[in-house]
Amino acid sequence: MVKRIIGRGLLAGAVAGLLAFAFARIFAEPQINKAIAYESGRDAAQEALNKAAGIPPDMADPDLFSRTVQADVGLGVGMVFFGMAMGALFAVAYLLCLGRTGRLQARTLSLLVAGGGLLGFYLVPFVKYPPNPPAIGHPETIQQRGSLYLVMVLCSIVFLAAAVWLGQRLKPRFGNWNATLLGAAAYVVAIGVVMALLPSLGHLSDNVQLYGRHATETPLPLTDKQGNIVYPGFPADVLFAFRLYSLAAQLVLWGTIGLVFAPMAQRLLQPAPAGPPTSATPAASGPAPDPVTT
Amino acid sequence: MSSLSASAATPTPEADAPAVPVAVPNARAALLLIGTAVLALAVYYFIGVDQGATSVFGNDMHVHEFVHDARHFLGFPCH
Repeated sequence: MVKRIIGRGLLAGAVAGLLAFAFARIFAEPQINKAIAYESGRDAAQEALNKAAGIPPDMADPDLFSRTVQADVGLGVGMVFFGMAMGALFAVAYLLCLGRTGRLQARTLSLLVAGGGLLGFYLVPFVKYPPNPPAIGHPETIQQRGSLYLVMVLCSIVFLAAAVWLGQRLKPRFGNWNATLLGAAAYVVAIGVVMALLPSLGHLSDNVQLYGRHATETPLPLTDKQGNIVYPGFPADVLFAFRLYSLAAQLVLWGTIGLVFAPMAQRLLQPAPAGPPTSATPAASGPAPDPVTT
Repeated sequence: MSSLSASAATPTPEADAPAVPVAVPNARAALLLIGTAVLALAVYYFIGVDQGATSVFGNDMHVHEFVHDARHFLGFPCH
C-alpha cells in the first residue's frame, strides 16, 4: 500500500510538472527573454562606461547551452523532475497524515496536503524572498542568498508540520475549529519572527559595500560620473509579470498534484463497496477490508 | 492544515465510508518513506541549488545552465 501511494504521488507529480512546464513555456519564457534582453543592454552600457573610464572589459562566460535548449528542454526537464520530487514528498506527507489528522476523507486530505506543500515549499518563502528573473541577483551574494532561501523553506515546512501537530494536540481541549485557528496563529507568529530576523537581500554586507543600502538586488538605473541615467532600472512590469506567472505555475503544480492524486487515493483507501449503487445505506458499507494491511 | 476541514462530519454519503486508517506504523514502511524523501530532496537540490550556492561537481556549470530557466521560475536564487 505504501509503495502504491508513493507511485501515485510520483504519477500525479509528473502530470503536474508537465502542466506547469506548458504554462511556463507559454507565459514565463517571454518575460525571461525580456529580462535577458535588459541584462544584455545593461552589460553593453556598463561596458561603454568602463571603456570611457579606462577599465578593461570583462570576459563574458561562454554559453554552455543555447537559449532554445534552456527554454525548451532544460525548462521541461526541470519542471517535470521538480513536479515528480514534489509528488514524492507529497505522498510521504500524505502517508504520515493518514489516520493522524482527524476524520478526513481520502480526497479531502489530498487537497489539504497539496495546499500545505504549496504553502510550505513556495508561498511562505515567496513572502520573504520572492523569485527573480535573470538580470536580478548579484553573483557576489549567491551563497548567502541560496542559504537564506533554504533556511526560509526549511522553517516554513517544519513550522507547518509543527502547527498541524499542535492543532491535533489542542483539539480535545478547544474543539476542532478553535484548535485549527490556534495552530494557524502559532504558525503565523513563528514564521513572522523568522522573517523579521532574516536579512533583506539588499542588506547583505557585500551588497551594502558595492551598491549602497537598498532593500533588494533589483537593478537601479545605471548612471555615469555626472549622475546622468545612461540605462534604466529593471522594468517593473517584467518583474511583476514574472512573479505573478511563477506563483500561478505553482498553483497549477500543486493544484494538479492534489486533484490528480485525490481520486486515486480514494480508490485505494476507501474502495466503494461492491453491489448496486445503494452504498449510502449503512448496511451496504459494512465491514470493509482494511486496505492498508493488504 | 488538517483540522481545517471540521465539516467532515456533515452527512454526505461518504460519511459512511470506512474511516481512513493509519498507514505507516511499521519499520519497513518508515524506511521506504525515508528513502523516498531523501531521493526527492536530492532532485530538489540538483534542480534548485547545485552549482549555485554549493556544487557537487566542482567548478562546472552544466547542471546550472541546463535547468537555468526552471530554477529562476521555481523561485530559487540564481547567479
